[in-house]
Amino acid sequence: MTTAETTTETPREASALEKVTVRYTINGEQREVEIAPNRTLLEVVRDELRLTGAKEGCGTGDCGACSMIVDGKLITSCLMLAPQADGSEITTIEGVAQDGKLHPLQQQFIDHGAVQCGFCIPGMILAGKALLDSNPAPSELEIREAIAGNLCRCTGYTKIVEAIAAAAD
Amino acid sequence: MRVRIRVRYNAPHMRRFDYFAPTSVEEAVSLLQERGDGARLLAGGTDLLVQMKEAGVHPSAVVSLHAVDELRGISDESDGGLRIGARTLMNDVAAHETVRGAYTALAEGAGVLGSTQTRNMATIGGNIANAAPSADTAPPLAVFDAEAEIAGPGGTRTLPVIELFSGPGSTTLETAEVITAFRLPAVPDHTGSAYQRHTPRKTMDIATVGVSVKLTLADDGSIGDAAICLGAVAPTVIRAGEAERALAGETPSDELFASAGELAQAAASPISDVRGSAEFRRYLIGVMTRRCLGIALERAQA
Ligand SMILES: Cc1cc2nc3c(=O)[nH]c(=O)nc-3n(C[C@H](O)[C@H](O)[C@H](O)COP(=O)(O)OP(=O)(O)OC[C@H]3O[C@@H](n4cnc5c(N)ncnc54)[C@H](O)[C@@H]3O)c2cc1C
Ligand code: FES
Ligand code: FES
Repeated sequence: MTTAETTTETPREASALEKVTVRYTINGEQREVEIAPNRTLLEVVRDELRLTGAKEGCGTGDCGACSMIVDGKLITSCLMLAPQADGSEITTIEGVAQDGKLHPLQQQFIDHGAVQCGFCIPGMILAGKALLDSNPAPSELEIREAIAGNLCRCTGYTKIVEAIAAAAD
Repeated sequence: MRVRIRVRYNAPHMRRFDYFAPTSVEEAVSLLQERGDGARLLAGGTDLLVQMKEAGVHPSAVVSLHAVDELRGISDESDGGLRIGARTLMNDVAAHETVRGAYTALAEGAGVLGSTQTRNMATIGGNIANAAPSADTAPPLAVFDAEAEIAGPGGTRTLPVIELFSGPGSTTLETAEVITAFRLPAVPDHTGSAYQRHTPRKTMDIATVGVSVKLTLADDGSIGDAAICLGAVAPTVIRAGEAERALAGETPSDELFASAGELAQAAASPISDVRGSAEFRRYLIGVMTRRCLGIALERAQA
């Protein structure tokens, strides 16, 4: 299915054409968008709000590539309907750097060589941020548990864990 | 200029549905009643959205509970028990002080479920209503004799949680019924509980076998009351009644716990699947029941 075609498909029933308006404060900015309710937060953020840092890996909650922080909680946006987040404050990877300066986590990921292909990294950084926001001095085990829902096919995790630990110091 | 890009997803997709976000239980019930069998309740979506994307579940209407505030939160009951709203998140259940202290097995079940992300979305009501035999909060709720509070078109009723399950993925809930809360009776002094599960992977996996145990000791240190519930070894979670009765009144010992483990094995009817053979599951029930009894005993004595 393509986003441009959502309104031209033959509806299954009349009311299925109905769209809903959702409002988000995303990375500090107010956005309002009209969408069909069967779209996930991930789809709306990527396709309508054009913030493409969050990735769709599995679409079923297993890989963490679509992680976002919604009202202070780390979630997988592929399993949240866009209207369920109506009125929420959302942080995506695009909102992590402040005033043109990288977040310590981002800098440590670079310094530790914790990034290879990069696909998992937006989710990893947000998982790290959610951890450090609530636990500024985590143990290695706590770091590993905090990123258990984020799969990385490249790095073998060691450098990612080291980078998060370094950002905590 | 805004460029329209044609995106083609390989990732799974959901069909269209009418969407409702009621703000009260009453409103949710009447929406469900109006829309009939095609309607589905949505809590955290960690089961339902996966089923809608991958398992051919296509509701014509989705009734989301996220704006129903009365379904959220944990509160003390006047009789010393605890009331947990159905829409309470797993991470909030796992972190709650009274749950950790008095209903330890439930904190353990909620705390091992999925990832941080899953636990920030998944609700306890969704875990029970989804009725997977492997649901991690079901055996703990059962050993505490928790009751589900249910609202429906004809009013409200309560039912022991274990009586909600009628098979893998199916419950005794009627059309348009909503679980509103779970009520856990007060826990007597000298009670300890535990939940353990075996998974091929350490995290982010579904239980091959789950075991929950609750022990209450009498003043002389013997076992006053025992409850054992097994997950993922039968079409629904099951109580191991014979093992429970064999423990009552006895003095705790390794031999006693080993024989309770054997009786628990006999209660199960495990299947073979990708997570383990029936034979392996049966073996695990014995080991894990014995182990959980040991942990619960230590906690009861503390
Ligand atoms: C990556 C991942 C890992 C997981 N790991 C585990 C795990 O380790 N252990 C485990 O047990 N589960 C696991 N699950 C399954 C799932 O997260 C849990 O079962 C969760 O508790 C479901 O709750 P929910 O709020 O997301 O339910 P939803 O998906 O919103 O709903 C599930 C079902 O319950 C119904 N329902 C929801 N609330 C109510 C209510 N109040 N009254 C009546 N019916 C209701 C819905 O209609 C639906 O049929 C995992 C899921 C994912 C995606
Ligand atoms: S895309 Fe959401 S968890 Fe994989
Ligand atoms: S860097 Fe490639 S998946 Fe993690």
